[in-house]
Amino acid sequence: MTLLLTALVVWIAGGGACLLAGRNRLVAATVGSSTAILGSVLALTGLVVGLRLPVELPWSMPFGHLALACDGISELFVAVAAVVTALAAVFGTGYLRHAPDRKPFGLAWCLFNLLTASMVGVFLAANAVFFLLAWELMALTSFGLVMFDHEHPGVRRAGVIYLIATHLGTALLLVMFLLLGCECGGMLDFDAFIAGGYGPEVAGVVFLLALVGFGTKAGLMPMHVWLPEAHPAAPSHVSAVMSGVMIKTGIYGIVRIIWILGSLPSWCGWALVAIGAVSGIGGVLSALAQRDLKRMLAYSSVENVGVIALGLGIGVLGLDARNPAMTTLGFAGALLHLLNHALFKSLLFLNAGAVRLATGTTELDRLGGLLRRMPWTGNTFLIGSVAISGLPPLNGFAGEFLIFLGALTPLLDPAVSGSTAALTGGLTAAVALALIGALAVACFVRTFGLVFLGEPREAARAEAAQEVGRSMCLALLLLALMCLVVGICAPLACLMVLEAVQQLAGAAQLDLDTTRFLEPLVFVSLTALAVIVVALLLFVLRRRLLRGRIVEATVTWDCGYAAPTARMQYTSSSFAQPILRVVRHVLTAHKRFAPPRGLFPAQAAFASETSDVYEERLYRPLFKKIESLLGRLQWMQHGKLNYYILSIVLALLALLAWKMR
Amino acid sequence: MNFWQTILPVLAALLLAPLLPGVIARVKAAVAGRRGPPLCQLYFDLWKLLRKGAVYSRTTTWVFRAAPGIALAALLCALPLLPAPGADALVSCSGSMFILIGLLALARFATVAAALDTGSSFEGMGGSREVQFAALAEPAVLLALAALARASGTCALGGMFAGTVGPLWQTAAPAVGLLAVALGIVLLAENCRIPFDDPNTHLELTMIHEVMVLDYGGPDLAFILYGAALKLWVFGTLLVNLLVPWQDAARPLAGTGVLIVGLVAVAIAIGLIESALARLRLLKVPQLLLGAGALAGLGLLLIVRL
Repeated sequence: MTLLLTALVVWIAGGGACLLAGRNRLVAATVGSSTAILGSVLALTGLVVGLRLPVELPWSMPFGHLALACDGISELFVAVAAVVTALAAVFGTGYLRHAPDRKPFGLAWCLFNLLTASMVGVFLAANAVFFLLAWELMALTSFGLVMFDHEHPGVRRAGVIYLIATHLGTALLLVMFLLLGCECGGMLDFDAFIAGGYGPEVAGVVFLLALVGFGTKAGLMPMHVWLPEAHPAAPSHVSAVMSGVMIKTGIYGIVRIIWILGSLPSWCGWALVAIGAVSGIGGVLSALAQRDLKRMLAYSSVENVGVIALGLGIGVLGLDARNPAMTTLGFAGALLHLLNHALFKSLLFLNAGAVRLATGTTELDRLGGLLRRMPWTGNTFLIGSVAISGLPPLNGFAGEFLIFLGALTPLLDPAVSGSTAALTGGLTAAVALALIGALAVACFVRTFGLVFLGEPREAARAEAAQEVGRSMCLALLLLALMCLVVGICAPLACLMVLEAVQQLAGAAQLDLDTTRFLEPLVFVSLTALAVIVVALLLFVLRRRLLRGRIVEATVTWDCGYAAPTARMQYTSSSFAQPILRVVRHVLTAHKRFAPPRGLFPAQAAFASETSDVYEERLYRPLFKKIESLLGRLQWMQHGKLNYYILSIVLALLALLAWKMR
Repeated sequence: MNFWQTILPVLAALLLAPLLPGVIARVKAAVAGRRGPPLCQLYFDLWKLLRKGAVYSRTTTWVFRAAPGIALAALLCALPLLPAPGADALVSCSGSMFILIGLLALARFATVAAALDTGSSFEGMGGSREVQFAALAEPAVLLALAALARASGTCALGGMFAGTVGPLWQTAAPAVGLLAVALGIVLLAENCRIPFDDPNTHLELTMIHEVMVLDYGGPDLAFILYGAALKLWVFGTLLVNLLVPWQDAARPLAGTGVLIVGLVAVAIAIGLIESALARLRLLKVPQLLLGAGALAGLGLLLIVRL
């Protein structure tokens, strides 16, 4: 714990030191990244050494203690945060080297380090007030980082949407903690929360508040609208941290609340499954509809958070049905997928940053053929794509495999199958997961193909593209290696999440023999190894066969039409069109079509754009309505200071009268 | 004995899979009143292709060269997961049905990535259609296998059929029929047969699977053709296991024989379907696949209610 505290101090002090660097790029990057990495190394060492004495320091804050504690759940999240932020910092040094000169680099690195510190603070907090302060610091620092390129109006818009969304979520959390505090006799420490007992109504309300409040941060649909705006707007190494770690603080909150409440009614599990299925399927379909690499990755984060929610839902249903297998598989799958998603999503966002540096754009339809010019970026992107599609040799498969097994447990086990909630919830999750998996393959094979394969769609851009610098390649390579290693050593990786699973089950007084349920993971590892070995053997065989024979190079077969241009290649929208056509009633594309007219048409144009359904049909009308309602109060907003002061005094008097009553 | 019982289906798949396309072609020819190619035509083709050199498009990268091997590796690794009627699989673990689905998806990823690597719009079109069909077929497969998992109490492919299918035929024959129809539709879609795709078409615009591999030749094409035959064998095995309640403890090895006979019957059935039907319009394909999913879901519902 001392090491963890030291790490926190290093991050905060490093952040402060960065401020001194002002606009000096080199000093800021050196100080910022070295303290970020040092802090992460300290934190990881602290986790390995594993002395967990809770720390409590005096603090002059009503109901607040500076209480930090590290348990199995915290440990997993801190580890994820430390690894991802360290590698993002390595990438960031190279990435910001290419930013314009007049940027506040000192401030950017300061915010980066403070963001890391606040996220770890959230994971370690054992007191609600401290938790909320760290939560707020996290929101503000990440807001600052999103606004790094504030010259662009789009970025400013994204930042404001993010700021509003995160505070709406936090408001609900405030209510939730107050409710918990009231039930526990005015104590706001997590220890008091877990000691207290809750009736089903209170537990239900707290759970719902947590689901919406934390779900906003996690990016669960329909609270996700800020995510596809804010993540693409931030610099890529920040997007990597935001998608890899920061949205996981929302999941952390939900997990924490499941732990605090102990046993939840079955509808809570169903709610998680439902919201997970909506986020997962909606997220991946929206990702397919995107034409910008970073926006598409942001939607894919919505999808993966949905998958994690599916797993948590299975776990909660398992707790409710008192079934150890379902509980273990659901929670372990969710947490393993969380770990995996942190690895491959940060890898993919860093890749997107590399592509932007090399070509100046992240629009899919302007890219192509980059694999030859950027082999490190391209090959690591391929690894990330295969991993995020949940395919066997890599890590994405292991987590989804466990969730699948958990979802089908009520079908197999006569002891649980009596529970309709578990049965239907499990089946819904399984079908949703199958659909999500197949659509994710479509989405990522499309993205990889459009960006890195084929011919460059804009030749000038591709010719100017060069592989990014060494530090950036190193970060990409390490993350890709981790995806591979976790895929091959899935059972070992799963050991990391077991303690958290046991803790969650323990809070509901359910004993687990976790290792027994995780045996199938051994076969997942074996499959991964077998696929890799057989593929290598076939590659060698092919080499052998072709040795000494004529191997020619020519053009791609084009049906005898010998003048193809790169613009005739399939585009992002044409590739996704057949799938999106099936769901056209939900995801409406806005089309503008100016058809060719006359005998000798001079011009024609076609444009299509798919906007966010929820933003368009839910939030925009809702906020319009609120605006028009509040507009009626505009007469109060007259700009006369003395009236304002009078109204404050009147309000205070009214409160006083109410209190004296 | 048990070892042979489980390894024989794998050996049979490796050796006999290229026979199935030959059977289909012969049946189609017979219905059309022709003699048709020899049954072993695919073996001759493979032998010829393996001895050839290769021609690659200048646009392509290592992804294009590695993809056939990766797709074939995924299918080869799927073979030991499948049982013969009345026997266990060589590799049987809880959840092997998900491993099978994952491996098929890996093969698909590799094939589509290679198609996009050529930069040809035809191949992009094929890839786009392939992933669309798969996205709709995957939930159907999952539902069908989940129904069997429910009936057998395991989600290992090896233990899912033997000893389960027989009683199920007696108690819930309609449900088994629904599952069989669903799996049959998925088999046709995944293996690019009529009414989803015409393997004999000669127009790039109308092909799906064939168009994705237009640019291959030599050993790579041999890998692809062999992989396609194995994929047909994999789906056919699922169907045969579901339809044949073979349970003869006295002659366990006969299970493999039953499997082979059953697969030939499946191939004949495919040939007849292909002779009788025309290709569906592309826009109708999702409806048929969603229908397969609905049938599988209905089958599952009936079995859950047992």
